[in-house]
Amino acid sequence: MPTEDLAVRFDRVTKRYGDHTVLDGLDLEVARGERVTLIGPSGSGKTTILRLLMTLERVTDGVIHVAGQPFSHMPGRTPGKLVPASERHLAGRRRRIGMVFQQFNLFPHMSVLDNVVEAPVHVLGESRDEAARRARDLLELVGLADKVDARPTRLSGGQQQRVAIARALAMRPEILLLDEVTSALDPELVAEVLDVLRDVAHRTDITLLCVTHEMGFARDVSDRILMFDGGRIIESGPADELLEAPTEERTRAFLGSVR
Amino acid sequence: MADFLPELGRAAPRLADGLLVTVEATVLGAALALVLAYALGLLSRSARPPVRGAARLVVEFFRGTSLYVQLFWLFFALPMLGFRLEPLACGVLALGLNFGAYGSEVVRGAVAAVPRAQTEAAIALGMGPALRLRRVVLPQAHALMVAPFKNLLIQLLKATPLLSLVTVPDLTFQIDQLRSSTGATAASYLLLLGLYFGLAVVLSLGMNALERAAKARAGQEGGV
Ligand SMILES: Nc1ncnc2c1ncn2[C@@H]1O[C@H](COP(=O)(O)OP(=O)(O)O)[C@@H](O)[C@H]1O
Ligand SMILES: [Mg+2]
Repeated sequence: MPTEDLAVRFDRVTKRYGDHTVLDGLDLEVARGERVTLIGPSGSGKTTILRLLMTLERVTDGVIHVAGQPFSHMPGRTPGKLVPASERHLAGRRRRIGMVFQQFNLFPHMSVLDNVVEAPVHVLGESRDEAARRARDLLELVGLADKVDARPTRLSGGQQQRVAIARALAMRPEILLLDEVTSALDPELVAEVLDVLRDVAHRTDITLLCVTHEMGFARDVSDRILMFDGGRIIESGPADELLEAPTEERTRAFLGSVR
Repeated sequence: MADFLPELGRAAPRLADGLLVTVEATVLGAALALVLAYALGLLSRSARPPVRGAARLVVEFFRGTSLYVQLFWLFFALPMLGFRLEPLACGVLALGLNFGAYGSEVVRGAVAAVPRAQTEAAIALGMGPALRLRRVVLPQAHALMVAPFKNLLIQLLKATPLLSLVTVPDLTFQIDQLRSSTGATAASYLLLLGLYFGLAVVLSLGMNALERAAKARAGQEGGV
C-alpha cells in the first residue's frame, strides 16, 4: 500500500519501561478510514500502542508515521536523519488524532458544553458561537442535548463517556483512538456508549483504532482485528474470520475467556 | 486602670492608623507573596533543570533564613550597599519573599495534585503546554490552594508585629506607645490580642467564602 494511503504506520517500534520491553520492533499499518480493533490479554501492550500514537508516551526506538509523515520524529539537522519530535512539532499534528479514555477524563471545572467547546475555540481558533453550535449538534448526536449546562460530575458514567466522545469528535480528528471505553461502566450503561460509537462509525469515514473486550461491538465496527500477546501481533484478519475461526491456540483461549 | 480608658480614647486615632498600617502590610505582603508563590511554584515544575534548580534554590533560601533576619537585613544592611527603602517597604518585601517561598510549595503541590489524566485529556485535544496549564490544570489546582493559602495568610498577619521592630508604626507599635504612656501593660496587650484575633477572624471568613467559590467552580462540590 502506498504510504500516503496509510493513516498510521508503526515502523519497528520498540517501547521499554526501564528494562521491561513492552513492544519489540512492532510493525503495524492502518489504512485511511480503516477500523481496526486490538484484542489480547491484559498487559499485552494494547494501551501502550494507543498512548504512543497519541504521544502520551515516547517511543524507545523506531518511528511512528501518521498520514505518510513522520509523527513521533521530525527531520534533524543532518539531512535524512530523524530526531525525536519536539513539543512544537507535535502541537500542530496531534489534532489529527483524538482519543477517548477508559476513565472519561472530562474537565470537572467546565460544563458539558464547555468541555466540547474548549479545544475548538482555543486550539482551532473557531469562534465561540460556531463552536457552541457544533458542540450542540454533537451532543445531540450522542443523545445529551438536554445536558449541555450540567457539570460532568453530575452525569452517569455512560453519559460522561458520551460527552467524551463528543469532545473528541469536536476536533474533527482523522483518527480516533478508543481505549476500553466501556470497561469502567456499569454493565447496563455499556450499550448506550457502544450504540453511539456504532453510529459514529457508520456516519463518518474516520479511521478507528480501538481496544475492547466487547467482541460483538468489535465484529460490528471493525474491518480487521489484531490479536496481541506479549507485545506482538500473533494473529490478524477480518473481524468475522478471526472471531469465528481463530487459527492460534492463544487466540482461541483468549476469546473463550472474554465471551 | 482608671487612667486607661481616657488615654485609650485619646489614642484611638493613632490606634486606627496603626490598624490601617497592619492591614496595609498584610494585604501588600500577601499580594507580593501570591505573585512570587505562583512564579516560583510554576518555575520549580519547569522541564528545564537549570530553571527548576534556580527556583528551588530561591525557595529554600527564603524558607531557610528567618523572616526576622531578612527584615533586619533589608532595613539595616541594604542601606550600607546604597539602597534605602521605606520601613514599610522593607516589611512588605520581607513578608512577600518569605511567605512567597512557602506559598510556592502550595502552588507546586496543588498543581502536582491535579490528576495526570487531566493533562493527557488536554494533550489528546491538541492543547499545548501553556493552554493546558491555564485552562485545565490551574483552575483545578486553585481549589486545592485556598485552604493552605488561608493558613499562610493568617500566619503572615501574625508575623506583621515584627515590622514594629524596624519603626513601622503598625498596630503593635501604637499599642506599645499606649502601654508606655499608661503603664497599663495587661490591658494594652489584652487589647492587642483582641484586635489581632478580630483581624484573623475576618480574614478567615473571607478565605472560607473564597474556598467555597473555588471548589464550586472546580466542580468538586455544588455546581449545577
Ligand atoms: N508507565 C509504565 N511504567 C512501567 N510499565 C508500564 C507502564 N505502562 C505500562 N507498563 C507495562 O507495559 C505492559 C503493557 O501495558 P498496557 O499497554 O497497558 O497493556 P494492555 O493495555 O494490553 O493491558 C504491562 O506489562 C504494563 O505493566
Ligand atoms: Mg489497556
